[in-house]
Amino acid sequence: MKNRFIKTIEENGIEALSLIIAVAIWQIVADRIVQNKFLLPSFYDVVNSFTIIVESGLIYTDTLTSLVHFSIGIIAAFTIGIPLGIAMGWFRKANRAIDPIIEILRPIPPLAWIPFAIVWFGLTRQAAGFVVFVGMVFPIIINTYTGFKNVPKVYVEAAKVLGCTRDLDLIRYIAIPSAMPSIAAGIRIAMGVGWMCLVAAEMFGVSDNGLGYQIWHNYYLHRMDFVLVYMLLLGFVGLLIDRFFRYYVDAKLLRWTAGTVV
Amino acid sequence: MGRVSIKNVSRIFIKKEENGVTEALHDVSFDVEDGEFICILGPSGCGKTTLLRIIAGLETQTSGEITLNGVPITGPDPKRGMVFQQYSLFPWRTVIDNVTFGLEMQGISKAEARQQAEKYIDLVGLEQFKNSYPYELSGGMQQRAAIARALANEPEVLLMDEPFGALDAQTRNILQDELLKIWEQKHITCIFVTHSVDEAVVLSDRILVMTARPGRIKEIVTVDLPRPRCRTSPEANRLRDRVLKLLEEERFKK
Repeated sequence: MKNRFIKTIEENGIEALSLIIAVAIWQIVADRIVQNKFLLPSFYDVVNSFTIIVESGLIYTDTLTSLVHFSIGIIAAFTIGIPLGIAMGWFRKANRAIDPIIEILRPIPPLAWIPFAIVWFGLTRQAAGFVVFVGMVFPIIINTYTGFKNVPKVYVEAAKVLGCTRDLDLIRYIAIPSAMPSIAAGIRIAMGVGWMCLVAAEMFGVSDNGLGYQIWHNYYLHRMDFVLVYMLLLGFVGLLIDRFFRYYVDAKLLRWTAGTVV
Repeated sequence: MGRVSIKNVSRIFIKKEENGVTEALHDVSFDVEDGEFICILGPSGCGKTTLLRIIAGLETQTSGEITLNGVPITGPDPKRGMVFQQYSLFPWRTVIDNVTFGLEMQGISKAEARQQAEKYIDLVGLEQFKNSYPYELSGGMQQRAAIARALANEPEVLLMDEPFGALDAQTRNILQDELLKIWEQKHITCIFVTHSVDEAVVLSDRILVMTARPGRIKEIVTVDLPRPRCRTSPEANRLRDRVLKLLEEERFKK
């Protein structure tokens, strides 16, 4: 037992120490040098504010709201982005038809869609979800497309001589599994972009709760310690989502790539 | 039963950019008997792989006809199994799932397909590795698994495109012997593309020597050596010498 404890410390000692020192410096700088809770809340202030929102239960409703917005966006981006990417990657004509539209829409920053999101959906969860969707859908389309373009020809030919000749079967049994690493990478990039869009959408008043909304709301109230709590919370939730996704994908979907260098 | 008949097959490639025309195959005709082992040998770029791909149905001839048991070939079909030069196992499937792939495509239930696949995995000696992913296997093992995968569909013809080309010399010799054993056991027609004279002499009943591009049949050499063959016997050497001379003529013709 003791051995294991020592081992853990030895293994993660540098990382833990670095974090502790960073927090300590933050506390000292805020408490002794800046001495202004508005300019730089200290670690202690942040912990205090954190306990307040945990006790009031606000943390749960806001996190949940943000996750709902995020889920709406991600589900919409999946159901539209992946089939579009597949169609473009597999059928040359589909690519020629869809590509110009995408190339025109893609450079528009997702946040520029906020006014239309509000006009179309009102101040609803769907409006926030729509902005997340716009941020997520392009990386997903493009990575799905790239993955499909890079399916090695020999796999397709091997499948054909084994009796798998219909487009639908080739897509399902060969192209999708072969493109999975690229699709998964696209989803990871998209989740990062989507998370940013989520905060911006909530800040712009698309919704009246959520983690992003709370940042703006508390800024109006000049409660910067709360702003910082919600900032950190956004970081942690984003990190958790990414870790969870990576774990799931690496363990379940991409076990076969274990030998390749990524 | 697998009789392949190739009649006056030509193949012309048209390059779009340069308005160029390349004739890869010119009026190729020959017959492969049921259960025969044929090697197609020729200088690189002579169209031997193209010919094999046309037989597989992965490419189409510009003119001429190819039939299997009298039926014209129009596209890929599991009756004609193929082993590729590059490693072609699906990396996202384990060895056994690769071997069952063709059976699943035929609509055979997963349990039954597995049972059948195991026979072929045993045949190529990969029992211990049936649940491994391709990246965990050596090159020789991957090609063995690819052979098992092609055989599991019980094809009438086995097409092989330099399957041992990427392997080291010793592994190649071992796999040649194993392939012959399987061929004798299964009485399957084999069409084997190679650029190695040694390989052709060890394996085949007849060697189809092709000319440089455009590929035509230069000569069909009958290998009349009893099996199992000794790689270094004087008869094998004489034959090798003869085939090498044929190939050399092609080299200096240009």
